[in-house]
Amino acid sequence: MNDINEAQAITTKVVSNQNMVVPYAVLAELTHRCPLQCPYCSNPVELERSSNELETRYWLRVIEQSADMGILHIHFSGGESTFRKDLEVLVRHAAEVGLYSNLITSAVLLNRGRLEKLRDEGLDHVQVSFQGTTPEVANRVAGYEGHKKKLEASRWVRELEMPLTVNAVMHRQNLHQLPDMINMAVELDAERLEVAQVQYYGWALRNRAAFLPTRDQLDAATEQVEKARSELKGVLVIDYVVPDYYARRPKSCMGGWGRQFLNITPSGKVLPCHAAESISGLTFDSVKEKDLEWIWEESAAFNLYRGTDWMPEPCQSCDRREIDWGGCRCQAFALTGDAANTDPACEFSPQRSVLEMPLRESTSAAPDFIYRRIGG
Amino acid sequence: MGERFIVSMDSVPKLPRHAKLRFDKARNKWIILAPERVFELDEVAYEVISRCDGAATVRNVVENLCKKFDQVEPDIIVNDVTDMLQNLADKGFVVA
Repeated sequence: MNDINEAQAITTKVVSNQNMVVPYAVLAELTHRCPLQCPYCSNPVELERSSNELETRYWLRVIEQSADMGILHIHFSGGESTFRKDLEVLVRHAAEVGLYSNLITSAVLLNRGRLEKLRDEGLDHVQVSFQGTTPEVANRVAGYEGHKKKLEASRWVRELEMPLTVNAVMHRQNLHQLPDMINMAVELDAERLEVAQVQYYGWALRNRAAFLPTRDQLDAATEQVEKARSELKGVLVIDYVVPDYYARRPKSCMGGWGRQFLNITPSGKVLPCHAAESISGLTFDSVKEKDLEWIWEESAAFNLYRGTDWMPEPCQSCDRREIDWGGCRCQAFALTGDAANTDPACEFSPQRSVLEMPLRESTSAAPDFIYRRIGG
Repeated sequence: MGERFIVSMDSVPKLPRHAKLRFDKARNKWIILAPERVFELDEVAYEVISRCDGAATVRNVVENLCKKFDQVEPDIIVNDVTDMLQNLADKGFVVA
């Protein structure tokens, strides 16, 4: 009898392991504090206060456990990551355990000395966010006078011979600046330009009508990117994703839920994606109580939408189910009320019509921003 | 502003500062780590990349590989190596 039970237990383990892959990257959200107030902020509407932030020793343990389980990249993010005074210590430890470290920052709090220190501790890469190419546009979107400082800090990054990514969230109110943004990235000698789209959950969902570009804007932007990519081959890498409201197929969100990526919030909760807290009814384990590897493999939240078993039709019988993994769970929840539905960004989604209203809105006058603020 | 690196037999290719070649124990393969990217190397790619140390020319790399893989036509090795390096250079994984 015991033998049979054991045999079954082994089978279960083997079967569940078919869905279990080693994650590639961890996003360490060190804080939600930020001087900027971008109305599309990806932090949750309920921001974590600084008194709830993880202490240094927990982050050090997370860094060690990440490397042990085979993670390769660590992104130090926020809020504004440089608010944390222990950033240097964390960067050093990431270098010690062999993680490739990336600092995601608005750069407005940086000075040259601190950047140099971070480089000397082993920081591999810096990613600076830009909200536009002129102070008028950029400072209005950010709700903060920071554009000039961002340019200055980006130059320090290159003077210190660190690789630079320019991250530009582009939308209805700044897409006309895309050619200038590409030129700016080249002038700043960035290795990489990330033309990011607003993702409509949390803060951004409240501001969707102010941000969703029109079809014409989008087509012009795609053409500009294609032209720049061929002209700047080997000079600047441009990552560009079409806003998925206009797509026929959904994005492969996070490369699949619980397949490549995990996110740790300032208070230590481990999420399958940075927006996962926008889905009601999920509970997330904390690095204070559990090992990262246990959370990745065993926790309810990570297993809920992992693999393909959870999928409804039309995903279940779709030949792309292991390409796009059903799209984005947070978007399915935000637009249909059920995270287990097919992402409406797929043209085969039975709820596809929920995109009609926002797409119509994109052609009428844009409303004012609702800026990100503590206490929402 | 940088310029596109065109790979020739006299080029001296190397990994850029932001790219790191390392063995990934968890997945049992050689990889190049770069911002937001992991480039998995097959055996041939590893044989090429591991010889690009910033001192050897592409010609040196090819000669070295011709000795190791003496059953393969040298012309094929020349083409494979330059194609692979040009491709990696265009993606930002190899610099002059």
